[in-house]
Amino acid sequence: MTTTAEQLSATTLLRFATAGSVDDGKSTLVGRLLHDSKSVLTDQLEAVEHASRNRGQEAPDLALLTDGLRAEREQGITIDVAYRYFATPRRRFILADTPGHVQYTRNMVTGASTAELAVVLVDARNGVVEQTRRHAAVAALLRVPHVVLAVNKMDLVDYAEPVFAAIAEEFTAYAASLGVPEITAIPISALAGDNVVEPSAHMDWYGGPTVLEHLETVPVSHDLTGCHARFPVQYVIRPQTAEHPDYRGYAGQIAAGVFRVGESVTVLPSGRTSTIEGIDLLGDPVDIAWAPQSVTLRLADDIDVSRGDLIAPVDDAPVVTQDVEATVCHVADEPLTVGRRVLLKHTTRTVKAIVKDIPSRLTLDDLSQHPAPGKLVANDIGRVVVRTAEPLALDAYADSRRTGSFLLIDPADGTTLSAGMAGASFAAVEEPAAADDDAEWDF
Amino acid sequence: MTTVATVQEGTDNPYALSHLDSLESEAVHIFREVAGEFERPVILFSGGKDSILMLHLALKAFAPAPVPFTLLHVDTGHNFPEVLAYRDRVVAEHGLRLHVASVQEYIDAGKLRERPDGTRNPLQTVPLTEAIQQHRFDAVFGGGRRDEEKARAKERVFSLRDEFSQWDPRRQRPELWQLYNGRHAPGEHVRVFPISNWTELDVWQYIEREGIELPEIYFAHEREVFNRNGMWLTAGHWGGPKEHEAVETRLVRYRTVGDMSCTGAVDSDATTLDAVITEIAASRLTERGATRADDKMSEAAMEDRKREGYF
Repeated sequence: MTTTAEQLSATTLLRFATAGSVDDGKSTLVGRLLHDSKSVLTDQLEAVEHASRNRGQEAPDLALLTDGLRAEREQGITIDVAYRYFATPRRRFILADTPGHVQYTRNMVTGASTAELAVVLVDARNGVVEQTRRHAAVAALLRVPHVVLAVNKMDLVDYAEPVFAAIAEEFTAYAASLGVPEITAIPISALAGDNVVEPSAHMDWYGGPTVLEHLETVPVSHDLTGCHARFPVQYVIRPQTAEHPDYRGYAGQIAAGVFRVGESVTVLPSGRTSTIEGIDLLGDPVDIAWAPQSVTLRLADDIDVSRGDLIAPVDDAPVVTQDVEATVCHVADEPLTVGRRVLLKHTTRTVKAIVKDIPSRLTLDDLSQHPAPGKLVANDIGRVVVRTAEPLALDAYADSRRTGSFLLIDPADGTTLSAGMAGASFAAVEEPAAADDDAEWDF
Repeated sequence: MTTVATVQEGTDNPYALSHLDSLESEAVHIFREVAGEFERPVILFSGGKDSILMLHLALKAFAPAPVPFTLLHVDTGHNFPEVLAYRDRVVAEHGLRLHVASVQEYIDAGKLRERPDGTRNPLQTVPLTEAIQQHRFDAVFGGGRRDEEKARAKERVFSLRDEFSQWDPRRQRPELWQLYNGRHAPGEHVRVFPISNWTELDVWQYIEREGIELPEIYFAHEREVFNRNGMWLTAGHWGGPKEHEAVETRLVRYRTVGDMSCTGAVDSDATTLDAVITEIAASRLTERGATRADDKMSEAAMEDRKREGYF
């Protein structure tokens, strides 16, 4: 490893997720990224070689690097999201390695929920298939800012440009129509190592970045100046010590935007207003703080603020509502039904709620809408209408992944039932005309 | 044709956080979530670097107020004396409350039996889970990191455990966004891993940046050790060396700190944080592969222990 000193200087962090069907070569791509970035260490490789030999396999099975559970190794499949860590001289990476099985849509949703980039894998021989559309739809739904289409197995189509171009064009048109803001298509062979870490010697016609190069250079955060500032209060810090008899700070992680000392703010849902008197960044006073910093805000007025409240600028506060319309991905085995009483966890606030309506369910295969399905079962994505017992300061998920997302929880045993995204589903899509039923897939 | 859609210019964003700041902010958020949602949280504190890091993050999360958690140490009876001294010093310095669950007491009382190989690491599970039940802890912070081991890579940040402290990897709650679900029934508890997303290198870089003091055995020093199964173990009253095992003095340091019977030292001349970081960055072995005997017992050793309630 010759890059040690440089690797230590890598400063930014990119969280990304991979998605691909069972035989698209996702494990090989992940293995290649880890291996070629020298993130697989000797003892891990030895363990894989040993385990592979015990199974009677001649070559080390790189999937054993990522399939960590007994059941996964027994069945040779990935049943759960795993997180991997690697670094290059330019950046640190957290990879959510999500299983590709159709029945594990919830796992891709889980992986994509914190990802800033999703890699969607396609087999060059098969092109864009149902599963590809499903992955693109989930990435769009979760509002992953960057999507990479990795057209894999280019070695099996003679590295032919037209094959890549046709797939890239079809996928880009499709994903753009879903509202995916940025798509980068890269022709690769994960097995041979073309364009994964090293540029390919077989595809002169491709002038773009390798997968790793793109991961290293893609911008990691949005321009915050345009974001609505949001601060969910997590915990009230009151030392009540001789040294700090009057300290009263509201601890939390800034969900979006920027806060400054002197700014006028409103506390929701009460609507009381005050001014930010001070911001403490883990013990040190600062004048300005931004997402996703964990800070403590001190207000000029002694007003009632507690866990679950949301602090926002006076002139840019979200609307407070008890009627939530959202898209949910149902993640529990037990179905979600109309009339079901649930808990809704939004930022730091958990309230009682009731499912008033399930207007539609989405078929990911063809993105068609099934009206009034009555219930959602595991891995279903659908529209819901929920009435909450207390008002929530809820943004549209399109505006803020952090303050527009919520969980539905079973009040009886605490099971996480559904992952919710408030508001309309895809911002880029125009409201469909009432008569144009064929084009309607707004879920 | 090259790329189909264009990439935004990678301009330097003044609001981008460094990777250490991102990890710190995330960990602090997790500590505060637990403080806000649970009645009786506890931090597992061994005096090892990961638990020292956790305590440091907790101190920052609630400053200028004290940490609103107690500490719990499962003492195997074979812990390094330097580490125990460090533990007691830190507890006193910050005015914390420490509970100690003792493996030795369990053995003396006949409730646990010494293993033939002398390793006490697996024996920690019973004292740990009984301490959790006895004190009715409902959230238990652990310093586990997903980069340590492949079963840990599957671990949630909030991990629900039943009344027997068991982990069922197939029935984990999906964990979405930063919305951690800590609901649990009476008798159940949640294991919480605030530094899940940190790597060994992140831990060391952060320790250097923050100037955190560590037990001295993390740095190179002369020590009497003997070789067993390819690892340099410290000679001591815990049961080593055996007759055929020769003791020698070597310049070593520890990458992890656990039970003396199963934690190996590595040859090293790194006496400063800087040198340690350079050494780890260049190492071709994971910290567990280099220094932990218990993980080598079987392919699923960690998963099996975690299922039983290990942290």
